[in-house]
Amino acid sequence: MNKKNHWIILSPYLILFFAFILLPIIVAIFLSFTYFNTIQPPKIIGFQNYITLLTRDEIFMQKVLPNTIKFSLIVGPGGYMLSFILAWLIAQLPKVPRTIYALILYSPSLTAGVTMSVLWRVLFNGDQQGYLNALLLSLGLIDKPVQWLQSPDHLLTIMIIVSLWSSMGVGFLAMLAGILNIDESLYEAAYIDGLKNRFQEIIYITIPAMKPQMLFGAVMSIVYTFTSAGIGVALSGTNPTPQYAGQLIVNHIEDYGFLRYEMGYASAVSVALLIIIYIFSRISWKLFGEE
Amino acid sequence: MIKAKNNPQSFHKSQIKYHLILIPISFVMLLPIIFIFSQAFKPMDELYLYPPRFLVRRPTLDNFFELFRMTQGSSIPISRYLINSILTAIATVILTIIISVLAGYGLSKKKFKSKKLIFSLNNLALMFVPTAVIIPRYLIIQKLGLIDTFWINILSLLAMPIGVFLIKQFIDQIPDALIEAAYIDGASDLNIIFNIIIPLLRPAIATVGILAFQAAWNSAEASIYYINNENLKTFAFYVTNLTAVTGNTVAGQGIAAAASLIMFVPNLILFIFMQSKVMNTMAHSGLK
Repeated sequence: MNKKNHWIILSPYLILFFAFILLPIIVAIFLSFTYFNTIQPPKIIGFQNYITLLTRDEIFMQKVLPNTIKFSLIVGPGGYMLSFILAWLIAQLPKVPRTIYALILYSPSLTAGVTMSVLWRVLFNGDQQGYLNALLLSLGLIDKPVQWLQSPDHLLTIMIIVSLWSSMGVGFLAMLAGILNIDESLYEAAYIDGLKNRFQEIIYITIPAMKPQMLFGAVMSIVYTFTSAGIGVALSGTNPTPQYAGQLIVNHIEDYGFLRYEMGYASAVSVALLIIIYIFSRISWKLFGEE
Repeated sequence: MIKAKNNPQSFHKSQIKYHLILIPISFVMLLPIIFIFSQAFKPMDELYLYPPRFLVRRPTLDNFFELFRMTQGSSIPISRYLINSILTAIATVILTIIISVLAGYGLSKKKFKSKKLIFSLNNLALMFVPTAVIIPRYLIIQKLGLIDTFWINILSLLAMPIGVFLIKQFIDQIPDALIEAAYIDGASDLNIIFNIIIPLLRPAIATVGILAFQAAWNSAEASIYYINNENLKTFAFYVTNLTAVTGNTVAGQGIAAAASLIMFVPNLILFIFMQSKVMNTMAHSGLK
């Protein structure tokens, strides 16, 4: 039992983990303190990038940050609550209908963000051939076609709708399994102790009994929110998005890194994003974690 | 006394209200997916129809033929992208499973000092968003000499924190006594993994396999950032570029829908066949 071979067993994963997850984060932190244009070697400039980010990057402050906050506050908690409500609803049904509903609700998240943008671009097409335009025109609600994906007024809303639509991912499945695995006797005991209705049942029994799954679901929902952030560029077909309407932090990083080659600055934005994700996860841990 | 009705065995009148809520929601969730099937099989004149009709009336395979014909003139046929994607997906699934099972076993059943630290690092990495650190990742891959290699399609996907997490949680359910008994009988770790752990681990392996397949099949990241050689790029990348090439023309929409369908269907089929195993794994997915 005391053989030291656990390192051998773990090494393939640890090496890959180090090379493709940990090291990029360390390098990002280092680069964020430099000026780096990919041609000359990085030059250390201290906190300059962060100061620029907070004080001089108008696009970041006026567009990217508000967009990101709005998008993540709706898609994150919204998708999360939707997952729980839908999981609870289908847990009330016998196996066959439950499986069918679970499959239907999960199927949008089987579609890759990138490929599905092909479809959404057709539905929201800007001319009268676009399905939404054709529908609204025939109902007389609009009198000329709307440029849904190119118009700064609509892009962010459409991004939120598409993201919510496909947000029933792994977290949803975990919550469903969590609800189904709660011991029935817990409910019976609670009703004897004076539980009155199904709402109380959810608050006092269901959620506390599946805290670990709720936390897992929350973490998955945070990840989903920030990985689905590329959808604005996919939908509008341009980076930056029209008048920065759908620009989120992830797009800002790509904009500076790969279009302007300001790698140092882009890395500072990356670090800011990682900190934001970390803060969100601490909040979920506080809410659902077990000490 | 009211009794809880989670997970009922059979139909009851009281369930009707849940169906009344769920049917419209399911319909909305399904609409885009029905649309993509319908659009992919529409003949040219139905694509041009005004006002547009949602469902296909006379289905044809024209869009699929057109999709394959499109690349005939160019030096790289579409089958090249497809083969790249299939090879990437197979290799990613197999290697991710092996790596995650080894790591999950180590973290669950081995006793050593830094175990807790590694597992909590892995839990933190569940939140890893690759696009956030795309630039340093690019630089590291460049330094490793992996730019423009086929391997980078696979390598950047193999470290899958959620895979290790799910497998470790699943192995935690396997009693230690079983493994200790095997040790006493003189079994090595590899013996234990292959003869005891893996047979019990099937649901978790299936789940991690599906997640790895989805990640690999849907990934255009490596093709966009790390590969310049068109011969090595994947089908997901090809689909991403398809709308840019065909523009927003109506004919292009049919082709794009056909391509999207090819992207979607393998994910769907795998999930349908494996869903009971996935649910079984998810039961142990709690984070504490």
